[in-house]
Formats: sequence, C-alpha cells, structure tokens
Amino acid sequence: MNQDDLANIAAQTKESENRYDHVIKVCVAAGCLSANADQVKTQLESELKQRGLETCCKVKGVGCMGLCAAGPLVAADTNEKMFQAVTPADASAIIDTVMDDKPAPPAIVMDSQLDFFTGQKKIVLENSGEIDPERIEDYIAADGYEALFHVITKLKPLGVIEQVTKSGLRGRGGAGFPTGLKWTTVYKASGTQKYVICNADEGDPGAFMDRSVLESDPHRVLEGMAIAAYAVGANKGFIYCRAEYPLAVKRLRIAIRQAESNGLLGMNIGDTHFDFKVEIRLGAGAFVCGEETALIASIEGGRGTPRPRPPFPAQSGLWNAPTLINNVETFANIAPIIRRGGDWYASIGTDKSKGTKVFALAGRVNNTGLIEVPMGITLRDIIFKLGGGIPEGRKFKAVQSGGPSGGCVPEQFLDIPVDYDSLASVGSIMGSGGMIVMDETSCMVDVAKFFMDFCMSESCGKCVPCRVGTTQMHNILERISEGKAGSKDLDLLHRLTGMVKAASLCGLGQTAPNPTLTTLRYFMDEYRAHIEEGRCPAGICHPVKVEEEAEVGV
Amino acid sequence: MNKPTIEICTLIIENLECGGRSDQTILEVAEEYGIFIPTLCRLSGLSNIGACRMCMVEVKGNNKLQPACVTKVQEGMEVTVNSERLAEYRKLTLEMLFSERNHICSVCVTNGHCDLQALAQKLGVNHITMPYIHPHSHVDASHPRFIADHNRCILCTRCIRVCAEIEGAHTWDLMGRGTKARVITDLNRPWGESESCTGCGKCVQVCPTGALSEKGQAAGEMLKRRTFLPYLNMMREVGR
Repeated sequence: MNQDDLANIAAQTKESENRYDHVIKVCVAAGCLSANADQVKTQLESELKQRGLETCCKVKGVGCMGLCAAGPLVAADTNEKMFQAVTPADASAIIDTVMDDKPAPPAIVMDSQLDFFTGQKKIVLENSGEIDPERIEDYIAADGYEALFHVITKLKPLGVIEQVTKSGLRGRGGAGFPTGLKWTTVYKASGTQKYVICNADEGDPGAFMDRSVLESDPHRVLEGMAIAAYAVGANKGFIYCRAEYPLAVKRLRIAIRQAESNGLLGMNIGDTHFDFKVEIRLGAGAFVCGEETALIASIEGGRGTPRPRPPFPAQSGLWNAPTLINNVETFANIAPIIRRGGDWYASIGTDKSKGTKVFALAGRVNNTGLIEVPMGITLRDIIFKLGGGIPEGRKFKAVQSGGPSGGCVPEQFLDIPVDYDSLASVGSIMGSGGMIVMDETSCMVDVAKFFMDFCMSESCGKCVPCRVGTTQMHNILERISEGKAGSKDLDLLHRLTGMVKAASLCGLGQTAPNPTLTTLRYFMDEYRAHIEEGRCPAGICHPVKVEEEAEVGV
Repeated sequence: MNKPTIEICTLIIENLECGGRSDQTILEVAEEYGIFIPTLCRLSGLSNIGACRMCMVEVKGNNKLQPACVTKVQEGMEVTVNSERLAEYRKLTLEMLFSERNHICSVCVTNGHCDLQALAQKLGVNHITMPYIHPHSHVDASHPRFIADHNRCILCTRCIRVCAEIEGAHTWDLMGRGTKARVITDLNRPWGESESCTGCGKCVQVCPTGALSEKGQAAGEMLKRRTFLPYLNMMREVGR
C-alpha cells in the first residue's frame, strides 16, 4: 500500500457513505451494548429493509458517544438529532424522525446541545461515535494512517520526536512524564532491538477512558504506536490489555488483522524499509501490572511485580532492551499531533499541561460518562456544567481524581484549573482520568477505607511498607468507621501514611495513602465525629461508641 | 549492547568521603568503609531486589528515598544513612514485619540466631505500636528433613533466589498478593512431595528467620550455618 492507495480507500469510503441520504449511528461500545444496543441496531436495520429504505438510510455501529448513563445512544447524520435510552421498540419512531422529521417520543429525545456535548474539545475522541471501529476503511476516511505515511516517507525519527516534544504532550497514564523526553531517551539508548509497549491495563475503579478509546477507535492507538516505533527505532510492539476488556481486545485483534492485511503493520510498511509488528498480551487481573516494570515482568512471563528503577525501561526494559512504554491515551494523541503539528497541540491547554484530557465522570453527578476537555478547565465546569451538577439538588462534597492513587478535592478548590501541577498542589493527582463525584451522602472515612481496601488487595506483596502498611491503614480506617478507634489510632494512621508514601517500592504504594491523606487534611471533622462522638455525619457507617480506647499494640 | 564503562567515583556517605566503582551500589561501598546500613532481604551473592526497604537512604538532591542495595553510586553523591526520619521508617518497617504474622521469639527455633530479631534489638524496637494481624498460616512439615513455618516468614524471598540462582532448582516461588502472598514449593504442593527440590537445604540456611528450619530443633536451637555464603558469588561465576 502507498499513499495513493490510502487516498483511494478514503475517497471510496466517503463516496459510498455519501450515497445515503441519512446515516443512523448506534453506539456499540461496551456500555450501550450491555443495554441491548445490538438489538436496537438489528431492529433499525430490519425496519429500514421492511420499508424499503435500506438504500437511502444506513445504520452504522459506532464507538462511544460519551453519555454512557443515558444509553443505548443513537445519533443521526451530523448529530443534530440524538436519542437516548433507546429500545428496539423505538426503531420505527427513530426512522420516522430521521427520514420525515416527525417529532420523536419525548422520552427518547436527547438534547444534542447539552453542555455535556458542547463543552468538550475532542482530539483523542474525535472519531468516537463517528466511525465504525471494526472497519479500517472508516478510520482511513477520517484521515487515518495519513500521519503514519507522512512520518515514514517524509520525516526522520528526530523530526517526529521534535513534533512530539513541541506539542508538550505529557504521559496520560497519570504521572505526566513529558512524552517527547521519554521518546528521546529510548531513541538515544543503545541497542539493536527496541520495543514499544502500549499500557492498556486500566484498573482504577470507575475509570474507563482507555477501554472506550480501544473499543471506539482502535486504529488510532495502532497508528500512534507505529509512529512511536519509527521514531525510537523499534520493530516490535506489545499492547498489554487487561482480559476484563473482552470487547476492546476483540476490536484490537480485528484492527491489527486489518492493518496487517493492508500493509499498515508488519513488514515494509508503506513500501518502505520500516517494519513494525504488534502483539496483544492479556493481563490476568492484577492492578499492579499497570506499573511499567511489573507490566514488563508480566509480558516476559514472570510474576507481575515491580522492580526498583533505575534502570528505567527506556534504558533497560522488556528483555533488557530499551523499551518505550506509553498509555493508550498518549498514543491516541500522536496521530493528530503529527497531522496538525506540535505547535497546534501546544496551543491548547495551560502553560505546563498541554492538549486535552479524557475523563470518566462517575459517582453522584447527573451526566455520568466520558468527556474530553481542554487542560485548564475548572473542576466546577466539569462537574456542574458538563456533568450537570449533583442529582436531586444535594450538596457537593468532594471530587476524587486519579483513582486509588489520587486524592479527594473539597469544595474550596473547585475553581482550580485541571492540570497536572494544580491537582498535585491540593494533594491529588491527574491520574489516568477517573473522576468520582461525591455529595453530602458520601462518608469520607468510608471513601478512604474503600480505596485503601483496593490498594491492600492489589498490593503485590513484594515490599514491606505497601504490603503491611496498606493492611494496617485499612484496619485502622475500618476501626474508625466502626467507632472502635481512639486518638492513638489516628496518630498511627498519620505515621503510616507518611512512611508508606516515602518508603514503598513502586507507585502503587507511594500513592496508596493519598485518598486517606487528603480526607484527613480536608475532612478531619468527619474522622473526629466517628472517633469522638460515634457518629457518621453522612449516615453510611454505623459507628458504635465505645467508652474505653481500643487496645493498641502489645 | 555495549558494556557501560566503569568509572571510579568519589562520594560522601555519612560525612565520610568514600571511593567506589560506578557499578557498585551504595550499600557495597558503605560496607567497605565500615558504615552500617540495615538490610533484611539482601544477601550478598544473591540478586538484589530492594524489597524490604530497610536500607533506604537519603541522597542529596533527590527528594525520594533510595534503597542502598540497588542504587548505584555516582560521582559527587551525598548519602545520609542515619536521620531521624530514616530511623522512624526503619522502626516502622520492623514493626510491620513483627505485626504481620506470628513472631513469638521465645518459642521460635531460631530464637537468638534470627536476623529479624537481631535487627530489632540493634535498632531498639522492643515493642510494637500497631495491632497484630495474625493471619491463619500453616506449617508444612511434609519434607523429611525440613520444616516450613509460614507464620515466621517475612517474604524476603531469599529462599526463592538461592534455589533459583545458586542451586538452579527453582523449587520455591511466590503465590498470592499482598499480605496473602506465600512462598510455595513447586506449584503449591507440599514440600515433601516436591519433585524439583534437591534437598540441598540452602534455603533453610539463608532464611533470616525461623520460617525454614531443620527438623528436630527445639526453641533457639536452629543455628543457621552460613559458611558457604562467601562461595555464592563464586558459584554464580561458575554457573555463567
């Protein structure tokens, strides 16, 4: 395949789409599928056939449209007509609306001008909800693989890295390491064999950004990986995806097969001397395997436990070869950066955090789902504009970003800009993009306990501070929520959080105390109510006041 | 891959000017200069894994603590081994280990010869401030000569490493996560039924606590015979 073939496929696909007067898009990502979106799609197709309209209206399965809570979602043409909570029985009404402009039943009409949709800026998700994730032609028609061709025919590896560096892109897995710098390190590392790894072991509770990208637009990730491989000099790539994402894995497999048969992956890509093969490795359910050295150990076939860094994977990673490891969302940003230039990307966002970020908005908020917003937007805008505020007019309490590694941000910081450094300054982290909203019915001790429970069960057990520290902290939090704790426990909790943060081997342990630390800092009154008054202000825990302080120690 | 060139570096450890090769760790250089850094999972001759976090040190200019057993020395490094913070963290680490399973010294076969106990005495840990977790752990006495008492195990993985790296049998390994992690023989079969175990007993001798012991020992009688340890490095070299 060469550049002309690519243009031909794009033109043909666009032409065949233009033959239809209307296109009805049905979301077939995991969220909507679980609400019977596939049946809606079949019903729409058979209804159109029955009416003899199959030549002027097309039904297309597309990726995630974002507002997962209102699924299954259906959209028509350029999304000015949208439908929510659709059932197969609504098929005929939808066709009436699309074809003949008849008003649809109010229950399924969705306002396409909601702040949830208009407040977003889509780069990573530009094709989500627009293209069929199982057809490479759809991706190519949306300028797909154009960036890869540009890179391998016109740019030198350093030229690619220059654009990525210029874009100011930082790792979207959570830590925010400058992507250009990482690529430069791997490029400069000596060694004939190098690897590119895509980290798709997304495990934060309530987070589904990477899953959505893989289910909605898998080719975008493959293209990003191929560009990265060309830039750093790798010829082999792995996608480490958790096995709990069967649909994402299925679509990735289809995408890899299609790309290989079209000469976009494999040997002599685009008739050049560039080779790049991609394989999928499935994670077996360990959260810690999202940590890069544990992930590498797991791909090598060993027990998924982290090892001390340095050496960093960029110098010595998979099978001791220099390895570039980036998150799904990071790779998904690469093609647009190459297509439109690093300067364009750097013009979006804040001074130190460029571009956009995908967030999975969940918890006590009206519009739960997937959003992509420019860096620097305030938390208030995300929660109250895009998220539509708190249900039933309850009072906002805190927002938890970054999953078990992040912290709870209280109301007084709602107006801080969302970027790596601002979130860190209030004790939380950007993380991979999970955002859980809590209102007055959430107990912060309970929240801290939940996340500590998660870290405790997911600790690999290698280093002492994380293995025993998370267990001890969890036990203290449990005693507090049961009203069995004393002030000594609180002191011990303080000591443990500091020590586990400083002494743990990997990111899991080093960040595990964050939810506890931030709740201790911002919601001490709730801890005191549990301990001193035997009362849970939110009514979640059932503390029983004990007269004597619980016995601690020997 | 090109072999990295080895340089001679000067560095300061605990206000003492030291010299070392760039392929040496902070711990190795400190030992040469007689500076004590506490360790538990580390055993000279086995690979270093940086797991127990006892040897954490402060390196000037780096806000993260570094494990001395795996951190290579660099020119101009300034290392602090003893500080109030490090002492607190080491005490807490030991307390965590004591609280994790069941370490009742008075009834333990290695009482008086135990690395964990010795370190606690040296660092002044004479009681613990956190509640015991006391999980249900079993004792595997199926082997004709040895006993594995998981109640005393601190998951240092010395047994795993000596078995895989020196004996070459790889009988021992780990299963489970977090505090539920256990060292196992073969695929979690009783030690006595293990087909890969050669019965060499190196694991028993390198075990820092009373988790692995020889049968027929009463409390305090299990002396670890580690005279073969200096040869571990030589054995590794021959293996290569």
